[in-house]
Amino acid sequence: MSLGPYASFIVTAYLMATAVVAVLIAWIAIDYRSQAQRLRALDESGILRRSGRGATEM
Amino acid sequence: MTLIDLANPTKFLALTARVLPWLAGLTAILLLIGLYQSAVAPDDYQQGATVKIMFIHVPNAWLSMFVWAVMSAASLGTLVWRHPLADVAAKAAAPIGAAFTFLALVTGSLWGRPMWGTYWEWDARLTSVLILFLMYLGLIALWRAVEDPSRAARAAAVLTLVGAINLPIIKFSVDWWNTLHQPASVFRAGGSTLDRAFLIPLLVMALAFTLLFLTLHLAAMRNEILRRRVRRLQMMQASQQVA
Repeated sequence: MSLGPYASFIVTAYLMATAVVAVLIAWIAIDYRSQAQRLRALDESGILRRSGRGATEM
Repeated sequence: MTLIDLANPTKFLALTARVLPWLAGLTAILLLIGLYQSAVAPDDYQQGATVKIMFIHVPNAWLSMFVWAVMSAASLGTLVWRHPLADVAAKAAAPIGAAFTFLALVTGSLWGRPMWGTYWEWDARLTSVLILFLMYLGLIALWRAVEDPSRAARAAAVLTLVGAINLPIIKFSVDWWNTLHQPASVFRAGGSTLDRAFLIPLLVMALAFTLLFLTLHLAAMRNEILRRRVRRLQMMQASQQVA
């Protein structure tokens, strides 16, 4: 596959898209881990939701 | 599970736990197919190999507007029906929409430099998309500035609906004004002007990016529901300690 004289523009565009999507996925995954950890800590402290269920219960 | 059940955040969490792995897998498969088709697509007789940039630029440009449309529908849900997940959906979509809009601008610039001879031109299409990007950033800032999510939701919903005026301006800017940006070539009266060799990879990539948005959006909504649960429980804990 030859990308011709503008290969640097094409490669940069695909690398930028990959980087931005990777950052989005990482940000959402880290955020989920952080919220789950905080809920576990609340669960261990014995605090219950209004429904009477624990913090991490579905 | 009926649609009304999804108004319950706990049931929504259970649904996302089941659906997300399948959606993520389907997105990955479609992205791989789309990337392969983009790689083997022939060069355009005018653009040469830079046509490959279109396979990521166009899906991101479509999604930049689609995400704002989703946020506008969610804002109506907040203001009119007070749906408990509407503002969660709107808040979770904003950073994802900003990222897609950023990518549309960057990949468009990277295509524009070799094809137009410039990275940027203050024409109606490019400027209106830049305004959309700035509006996304403004919305994210608004959500972060107001601590109480329910108070932030109403202000953000109004801003989102006002900002939706920009969507038809972006769409029809190439028809209303004399712009450097080319007019619509896929969804237009009279059918697509693209050859199948370019149209198929473009549509596969568009579908893959749309599924990517759906996957990320559901995951971000799940995070936002958990964040609000943490906030409520911390407030309960604080009030119990005071009592």
